[in-house]
Order: sequence, then structure tokens, then C-alpha cells
Amino acid sequence: MTGTYLGMPAFPAVPDLPAFPAAAREAVRDEVLRANLRHATHTIRDKRARAVAELADWDRLRAAGKAVKDHTLRHLDRYLLQLEEAVTAAGGTVHWAADADEANRIVTELVRATGEREVVKVKSMATQEIGLNEALEAAGIAAYETDLAELIVQLGHDRPSHILVPAIHRNRAEIRDVFRAEMAGWGRPAPEPLGDDPRELAEAARLHLREKFLRAKVAVSGANFMVAETGTMVVLESEGNGRMCLTLPETLISVVGIEKVVPTFRDLEIFLQTLPRSSTAERMNPYTTMWTGLGPSRGADGDGPTAFHLVLLDNGRTDTLADETGRQALRCIRCSACLNVCPVYERAGGHAYGSVYPGPIGAILSPQLRGTRSAIDASLPYASTLCGACYEVCPVAIDIPEVLVHLRERVAQGGPVTRAGVRVTLRPADGHTAERAAMRAARLLLDHPGALRAGERLLARARRLAPRRLPGAGRAWTDSRELPTVAAQSFRDWWDRERSNPR
Amino acid sequence: MRAALFVTCVNDALYPGTGIAVVRLLERLGVGVDFPKAQSCCGQPQYNTGYRHETEPLVRRTARAFAEHEYVVTPSGSCAAMIREHYPRIGRKAAAEGRGNELAEAAATLAPRVYELTEFLVDVLGVTDVGAYFPHTVTYHPSCHGLRGLGLGDRPRRLLAAVKGLDLVELPGAEECCGFGGTFALKNPDVSTAMGTDKITAAAGTGAQVLCGADNSCLAHLDGLLRRADSPLRTLHLAEILAATEEEPLS
Amino acid sequence: MSSKDRILGRIRRALRDDAPAVAIPRDYLPVHGARTPAERVDLLAAHLAEYRALVHRTDEEALPALLARLLGARGARSVLVPTGLPPHWLPAGGPTRVPDRAASTPYELDRVDSVVTGCALAIAETGTIVLDAGPGQGRRRITLIPDHHICVVRVPDQVVDSVPQALPLLDPARPLTWISGPSATSDIELDRVEGVHGPRTLEVVLVGTQ
Repeated sequence: MTGTYLGMPAFPAVPDLPAFPAAAREAVRDEVLRANLRHATHTIRDKRARAVAELADWDRLRAAGKAVKDHTLRHLDRYLLQLEEAVTAAGGTVHWAADADEANRIVTELVRATGEREVVKVKSMATQEIGLNEALEAAGIAAYETDLAELIVQLGHDRPSHILVPAIHRNRAEIRDVFRAEMAGWGRPAPEPLGDDPRELAEAARLHLREKFLRAKVAVSGANFMVAETGTMVVLESEGNGRMCLTLPETLISVVGIEKVVPTFRDLEIFLQTLPRSSTAERMNPYTTMWTGLGPSRGADGDGPTAFHLVLLDNGRTDTLADETGRQALRCIRCSACLNVCPVYERAGGHAYGSVYPGPIGAILSPQLRGTRSAIDASLPYASTLCGACYEVCPVAIDIPEVLVHLRERVAQGGPVTRAGVRVTLRPADGHTAERAAMRAARLLLDHPGALRAGERLLARARRLAPRRLPGAGRAWTDSRELPTVAAQSFRDWWDRERSNPR
Repeated sequence: MRAALFVTCVNDALYPGTGIAVVRLLERLGVGVDFPKAQSCCGQPQYNTGYRHETEPLVRRTARAFAEHEYVVTPSGSCAAMIREHYPRIGRKAAAEGRGNELAEAAATLAPRVYELTEFLVDVLGVTDVGAYFPHTVTYHPSCHGLRGLGLGDRPRRLLAAVKGLDLVELPGAEECCGFGGTFALKNPDVSTAMGTDKITAAAGTGAQVLCGADNSCLAHLDGLLRRADSPLRTLHLAEILAATEEEPLS
Repeated sequence: MSSKDRILGRIRRALRDDAPAVAIPRDYLPVHGARTPAERVDLLAAHLAEYRALVHRTDEEALPALLARLLGARGARSVLVPTGLPPHWLPAGGPTRVPDRAASTPYELDRVDSVVTGCALAIAETGTIVLDAGPGQGRRRITLIPDHHICVVRVPDQVVDSVPQALPLLDPARPLTWISGPSATSDIELDRVEGVHGPRTLEVVLVGTQ
């Protein structure tokens, strides 16, 4: 392995990253990045709309998906116990991890116990969230990402910037350069010559990873769904790397957020219709694996792992569950439709969100899982115009704007919140003192129309004096925009003159 | 029929022409207009920035100001959405915090009587041709809170399409946010400006003379960018186009 | 306190606000449109083809010849044969038949050119075939490692309209593999291209009952 893998800061540590506006400023000025993101998100947007329009009952599927998730969360303790029982009955072992450190410890120990020094990985948000690759590396275990985009990110010593397509910020020419420069250091070198046609790049990844798949003894995965009644793990994917990891190695370790449980096998009929259409804009993704532990053969039929470990991960999820407004974020099925329609994401790029969960869902998930102490987490609820495009496309109807405003309140006003299972009262975040004073002053003014009118008249009289550029906070407006021209008289004054209203 | 005008604080102070246009338009259509003086701001800037408690007095004020009116009309999808969508939520939260049902009740009685201008014209008055005349090429930007919050659909475009002399051209990417977003424009000026610049570039590309919208706050942002760029394209609130006639053209 | 107890305790405390029970509305459609069996098969074929599966139609009698032709056209020297595949589908004289054995290593499977299987069912609306490791389907890995997979679907019997119709027919205790076209990726510029780790060529043979 060459270089150091610069992973995302693991949850729930307080990340030392710039606030969103500063990070976004860099991205906005990066013309290549802007073009890459614009091309990719616009391509998928139109396709998604067509895929969704094929289903006349989309709104009902969406309502049903929301209800299944809400129902599960409402009885989460019961369904997790049922899942544990079913997985155990199918020959698996269930572990519970309260936070990232504990999950990493469990997985590291499990890999060590096999005597292996390398694992193949299926793309998994949960393992990115906890920084598992870095933890394994620290223990001398190499973790090979096998999803094409994850491979690009890993080889490029890069950070993921999208939930579904972590290398969305890279175009084909950049990807070719990464493959050429880095593949040899990790295993089979890239074929020469290597063009930048996506087919050729996919072929290079196939050749590079095949030797790892064939020799792998341990795999690490996440899951899209875990079915409580049957213990079935469900993994949706496209490339076949997921099937490789879930089928060939002797040991499978799956790290799954506790919110991924669904009650019944039948419930999958909803999500298997909404998830592919929302994420890759397909009627169905190329491969879905449903696997219920070792089965009666205990793996003796050679049709899969002979050891299965399920690590159920909390890591801030129960704290999120404790918030009546915020808990809807736990309905998320990680489709990334909200990223693809978000005009802010399109311009700021995924890295600006300072988390493995970028975009609108990240803006409500990270400050709940990690808390709002850090500069980045306190700024994420404001990384939105509240335009509502994310809510409109969400297949489980998460009202992201509602949660954003709710979290803004937590940042600006403070209030009750649960951290590590303990109910605490947050003080307002730093840096909002002047804003709070301004909001209060504005409210006092607005709540006294007499004063408001006097203010308007003052403004009207001074309108010729209005500077082109404002000092202080106002610069944020006038650096790029002219100020509105103040009218000679307010509407109120016009009304009094033109329409003597007896009221 | 009588209706109360909720002019909104932005229009009152900065865009009185929009309020005046609504008055003229409604009176032309036979609606008597009242202007309750106790009205002020709906509180959206405070609420959307995270200051819910500072919003509550404005919820009470707005509900009181319009307590006696069957129809409350406002030329802002954003402020209408604030009252219809968020006032009830603010009321519920106050009740949940043990501060009684007073706010929730105030919100519940007001919300269903509030209409965004195009809703009032199309749904209540049942008109799409308001007898307007505006001989210019116009493109329309549907602001997000009207589009997705209120579900205004094609009402504004139907009204524009019926204006005599008006040539309505399609705005590419119309449904994408302009980047204003209230305090977002100040807290995230770079992204806000990038979004707005894409919007005015699309609008200028249509060849239209006028970029029309139904929310002056979004238009203030776009107009600010257009003027900084010395663009000949001008922004105009929908109400001012609908108020213009052959006898009384837009001044 | 164990982490299990800690997590369950946190969940129970988090839910103390006692949100009302949620009923799950199941008024979504069991099928999207009414189709005759022939229309259902046509839709399956169209949707499979849209995701770049190669679709062939034949009858029981002509099936062996078609399979021989497809394997020949591919230049396959060896073909994996799962237990329970009807023997007459692949008569002697074609590519070397490699039985699906638990003892085969991944490296051995990687040297096989093609695989021929049946399936548990197929879903028309999504263009999906589902394998459940039943007779004639074999272990999951045999349809994964070889680069060429021919899957035989009996039509119209094995074809259902929709996902909601498919699930009750499947046994979650069996390993299930849902396949919709050949391996693909959208990871480069969100542009879909076929062929990464799974079989890059998927041929689906629709066998009619005559």
C-alpha cells in the first residue's frame, strides 16, 4: 500500500474542518469541479424523473415506505431483538456497538481472529462513517474498497463526495490518471495504454480487483436492509463486487446501522421499487443479494461464507431517535436523490459538507449524529436555501427543510437535545450573538408598526445616500449584488395618501 | 367581495409598486381592498434562521391584524407558505413546550384564509385573463416556496399567457432555486451568487426583456446580480404585469 | 452494562414521547397495468434488452440447438452445469461440461468460460430474473465468476408482472440473487456502462411452452 489514506473524520468525534461557507467558496471557484458535478447531477436528474413517472402509484409507494420506516423506528427495540434472534438462528453472530470506536474494535478483533491481514469491502456508508478503513490500517490490516467509485477515491487518496457515487467530483480523464499512477502500488497495474472511456476504466478495475476477490478470505459489508422476521440481509448493487464479497470469502462481517431493519420480507416490495429508481434511476439495479445467514447447511454447501458476523451500530442514531422532529432522518435509505437535485450541492460539491454524508441529507444527519459543537456541524443546517427540491424527491418523504429549520433553532437558540443517551440542554452556538441581537431588534421593530413606519421614512429620505457597497455583514450581499433601490415612499404612505382607509 | 391585502414587509418598504399593482388589479376585477395597518412582517426571516421564539409575536400580530377578513391576499408565495405551512407548526411547538394553545389556534384560524395572489385570482375569482396588456417578451421564474410549498403549479404561467401583447418564453431550468433563500444569501454568499448567476444567465439566454417572478425577495437578489452585471434584462413582479393595461400601462 | 443493553435502553428512553402507532398503508398497486401472458413476456424481453441483456426466444425442442449455438458463437471451451439442469439441454459434443462442486475453488471457476442455468422466476416490470439456488441454478458463485451467463426462463409460467407478485413466491431462507441485466456501473460521471465484475454478457433464453 502506498501513501496514507486520508479518510473522513470518524463520527462522532468533533471534526476540525472549516465551516460550510468557507469550504464551499473554494468549490464554487473550481471550474472543473463545477462542470463535473453539473454534468453528473443533471444527467441523473432527468433519468430519475422518467423512472419515477413510470409508476402511477409512486406517491403511495412513498407513503408506504415512510410508514414502514416510522413504524419500525417506533418499535425499534422489539425489531432489533427479533432480528438478533433470526440472525442467530441462521448461524450468524450479532454484535452491538454503541459508537464508532466500539464497532471498529469489534471488526478489527474479528478480522484478527481469522489470521488474515487483508479484507475486501463492499461500499458501505456505515463503515465510512466510523472510519473503519483507518482503524484496520492502524491494526495492520489492509482494507480494499471494491466499488468502482470507492476504488477511485481510495487509489486517489481522496475523500468521498457523494453517497452513491463517491467519486462524482472526478471526471473520466482524472480517473484514468489516478488508475495509471496508483494501481500498481496496490496490486495489478493498470493496462497500458489506458484511455479514458468509462468501459476501459471499468475493465481496468475488473482486472485489478479480480485477483483480490479470488483470494479474499474475509469481506466487510454494510446492508441496505435487514429483515427482522427472517434475518435476511439485503444488498443492492450494480457491479457485482457486492456479490463477490458476499459470496466468495469464508468470513463475512457486516456493519449495519440500527435503522436499517425492516419488519417483514414483504416490506421489501416497497423499497425494491423506490430505491433503484431514486438512486441510479433504474427500474431495478443489476444485482440484489438476499442472504439469510449460513442456513441449515451452516455454510457446508460452499455457497457462501462459513462465518457471519452482524455488527449493529448505534453511533448517534438513538440520540437522533430521541428528537421528535429530527428522527425522520433515520428513515433515509441512502438513495442520494436529494443530492442529485440539490442546487447547493451542485455548486458546493460534497467535500464542503465535511462528512461522509454530503448534500441535504448530510446537512440534517451529520449535526444529529455528531452534534452541533464543531464549526462545520453548526454551519450545515444553514447550507440550504430551503427550496424543497430534496423533500420532493425523497422516496421516504423526509421533510429535510423542516429538519434544517429545526436544527437551525438548535444552533441559534439552543434547547434540549440527547447526546450519548443523556438529555442535556444546549446553549446557543458561538458566533450567533450579533445575529441574535439583530433578529431581536428586527422583531421589536416589526412588532411596532409605528416604529416600522418611522424607519421606512428614514430609509426613504436617506435613499440617495445608499452606498454601493456595504461594510461588515452587509458585504456578503454587496460583494456580488447591487442593493435594491429604496422607493420614495413606502406602500403604507401611498395607501394613506391614495386610499383613506377608515380602519 | 372584499379582500385584505397582506403586502409583506419587503414590498412595503422596498417594492411599494407591487402592493399598488395588487390594489389596482383587484379593484379592476371588482374586489374591494382593505389594508389593515396593524400588519407587519410574517416572521419568516426569523423563523427560517432558527429564531422561532422571536417569530411568535409576529405570528400573533399577523393573526390579529387579519382576524376579521374572509380573504387575505399576498403577492408573495414565500410569505403565504410561511403562514400556511409554518404558523401551525409554530403553534404546535409552543403547545408542546407547555405554553398553551393560543398560538396554535391563532394559526389555525388564519392559515386557511390566506391566498397567494395567483391562487386568489385563479381559484377564488376564477379568472386567468385579467384584462392586462403588456407588449413585451417575458420569461417566468417560479419561486420555490410558491412552486413546491404552495403547489401553485401553472397558475402564474396561465395568467401571464393570457396577457395581451405578452410573449411568454420558457425559462430553462425554471424550477431550480435562484439562490436567494433569505439569510442564505448572506450566510453563503458564494453559493448564492453562483446559483443566481446561473439563473440570470438562463434568463438572459431566452432573449426576454423581462424576468418575471411572484416573489420580490428572489427578484431583489436576481435584480442585484443583473444590475451589477449591467444587464439590460429587468425584473418585474407578476402583479405589476397583470395590473398594466392599455389605458394605464406600467409606468 | 453491555452495549446491547445500553442501546436498547437508549431506544426505549428515546421513544418515551409515545408517538402514535403507525399504520402502514398498502394501497400501492400490486401490478402496473393489466397484461395477457404474452404481453407480460414481451415486456420482460423489452426490459431485459433495455439493460443490455441479449434476449432469445425458442421452444423446448429447439432449446439444445440454440444453447449450442450461443456457446459456440462465444467460443466457449467449458461450461458450468449446475446440478438439476435438464441433461438434454447440453448434449455431449459441445464445450466441456464442468459440474458445480462445493470443492471448486474460485480460481477454478474463473477458468470456466460460460454458465447455463435456469431460474426461480422472472419479473416483467423490472426486467429481472431471480435465482434461488434451486435445481438447475447452482450455487451463487457459478453465475458470478464466469464472464458469460445464459439463463433459461420458461415462459409464460415463470414470469410474474411485478415485484409485489414476486416476493410471496420466493423463500427468504434460500440465497436469492436478483439479476437485471449484466453487471453495470454508473460510477463514472453517473453515466451507465455495462460490464464490471459480474458476467459481462447475460443472455436470457425465453422458452415457450408449445
